[in-house]
Amino acid sequence: MNDMVSADIKGNEKLVSPDDPHQVVAGDGPPKMTTRNVDVYYGEKQAIDNVSIDVNLDNVTAFIGPSGCGKSTFLRCLNRMNDTIPIAKVSGDIKLEGEDIYAPQMDVVQLRARVGMVFQKPNPFPKSIYDNIAYGPRIHGLASNKDELEHIVETSLQRAGLWNEVKDRLQDSGTALSGGQQQRLCIARAIAVDPEVILMDEPCSALDPIATAKIEELIHEIRGKYAIVIVTHNMQQAARVSQRTAFFHLGTLVEYGVTTDIFTNPTEERTRDYITGRYG
Amino acid sequence: MNSETASTIDPTPTDWSSAAMQQRIKKRYAAERRFKAIGLGAILLSASFLLFLLVVMLGNGFRGFTQTELPVEIDFPALTNGAQASQFEGPNAESRIRSLGVRDIVNGSIEVEYGNSGTDLFSPNAWTTVQTAILGNPAIVGEKTVFYLPVEAELDVAYKGSGNPEAEKKVDKLDDRLSTGFNFNFMSNSDATDPMQVGIWGALKGSLITMIITLALAFPVGVLAALYLEEYAPKNRYTDLIEVSINNLAAVPSIIFGLLGLAVFLNLFGLPRSAALVGGLTLALMTMPVIVISGRNAVKSVPPSIREAALGIGASPIQVVFHHVLPLALPGILTGTIIGMARALGETAPLLMIGMRAFIAKPPDGITDPSTVLPVQIFLWSDEVNRGFVEKTSAAIIVLLVFLLTMNAVAIYLRNRFETRW
Repeated sequence: MNDMVSADIKGNEKLVSPDDPHQVVAGDGPPKMTTRNVDVYYGEKQAIDNVSIDVNLDNVTAFIGPSGCGKSTFLRCLNRMNDTIPIAKVSGDIKLEGEDIYAPQMDVVQLRARVGMVFQKPNPFPKSIYDNIAYGPRIHGLASNKDELEHIVETSLQRAGLWNEVKDRLQDSGTALSGGQQQRLCIARAIAVDPEVILMDEPCSALDPIATAKIEELIHEIRGKYAIVIVTHNMQQAARVSQRTAFFHLGTLVEYGVTTDIFTNPTEERTRDYITGRYG
Repeated sequence: MNSETASTIDPTPTDWSSAAMQQRIKKRYAAERRFKAIGLGAILLSASFLLFLLVVMLGNGFRGFTQTELPVEIDFPALTNGAQASQFEGPNAESRIRSLGVRDIVNGSIEVEYGNSGTDLFSPNAWTTVQTAILGNPAIVGEKTVFYLPVEAELDVAYKGSGNPEAEKKVDKLDDRLSTGFNFNFMSNSDATDPMQVGIWGALKGSLITMIITLALAFPVGVLAALYLEEYAPKNRYTDLIEVSINNLAAVPSIIFGLLGLAVFLNLFGLPRSAALVGGLTLALMTMPVIVISGRNAVKSVPPSIREAALGIGASPIQVVFHHVLPLALPGILTGTIIGMARALGETAPLLMIGMRAFIAKPPDGITDPSTVLPVQIFLWSDEVNRGFVEKTSAAIIVLLVFLLTMNAVAIYLRNRFETRW
């Protein structure tokens, strides 16, 4: 218990530290999402214990930690995907732009449009590439005519760095693309509904190194337009793509801070052990 | 002791070429060959049963589509006192033709040609063939015409090769004049007492209406129930109870559904007896559990990642279900529907309970008209004493099988159209 509170405080301390070189690079606006004292229970089992993290627009925030440490669970709290698991109970404050997303008046459907998600395994719909992207704007009524919809599809694919590869075969099935292309298609699909936050749940774990590099490049490019939270097993990846890193262990947040600090000079023994490969 | 065992086990490499090992390998291959042979035998056995069934059915059944005929020359101008074709045109044509006394004209002509007891050679309703012909083309009353009229049932059976001695003798006498022609009446008539006059159309139409009602009720209800149970219903002991009940319902003997239909639809709701509506309702009760079970399996097999993807971009649960889950589950649901509908089409027992075994001589015009269905018609004809019904029964079986194959072909076509890879 003590641990978590201290972690929270330390994290915050680091974030406001004026001599942090990343603050300049990443910029540090007001937080996009704030979470305070979040607990998650799966039935009797506590999966997340008192976690408080802020996420801001200009940073890519990485969650690292060994398997089963709760990082994915916590990520899925941020757009209420845990609602689909009947036994999951979430408590604590999670706010998007100051709005409590667990408040009864919050429209979950709209929330998920504002907080998009990319999953571990690429999961395009078994429809054409065009329909994959157009589906979100269609159900939310974001385009008033066909031209606008086409424009959204094109810009989304461009942002996801996929346009040049698929522009001649938009009517082909999305499932016919390669794994890396499928994952970028999923990112484009998330972008198409113009979200504020994009959550990525181990987006590269099913991809080869070249496809992974492309996704990482893509994350760099879209940083600043969307607040990005990425869960990863790969510590090099966290170091490469993120400006903020949170280390989870056994459902608790051990340490949260500027990525370079976490990787070069962690405060916590457990963080050091994990990133140097002692366990995990 | 310990070290000894260890040393004996440890250093000896496996001798793959030893006699014992060869024996083992041989046995393994023999077991494989044996299994293959048994499997092949089973396939061949079932294929030969199927072949036997088809040969017997088609052999007997095709004779049911033909009838034995004798030529009769009818001299209309002489027998109708010079009636003109023009008399039988206009709005009252039909009643005038009926008042013409076609029956007597035909019987008279038969007696002229085949002697006083000539009418015994013909089917009692043979004259209706002539009347139908005049209704179709009034111009023929102006001239002498030769009609090929159906003979009576015993003679028909004897000519086709398996009659009683008395009829065989008559056949020998008339052999050069007898011929077989396609029995058009069989495709357009309904049930009758004379096997020469029966037709399958009434039962076919009844089956068609009943199947449409069954499908229209069981498919939407079954699919929606499956979707609700899989996607919305909480998992608790009540839904477990519902699941067990549905599984049991699918295994309930069909005659019990008939009793249920009798008690509920006829006695409680007061719906008409023998109606296709009641038949369809009863069969829908029977088909629905099958569709629910297959539907639930199909919905369950849609990968959760697709649901997550749709939820993740802000689709509401109902959009997830109707835009993604249902289209992907549809092939599986249709497979279950084919099985359920095929079972419903072949069902006899529950329909007997709700009065569909009545003698119905007129095809149903609506869902509440008395009607019968193909399997019940087959059951009724197979029970008849008259030998003429034997081949009619086989012919009806062929019609039922063709109906079934058509229905399945349509369903399989639809399923393949909706099938998508993911």
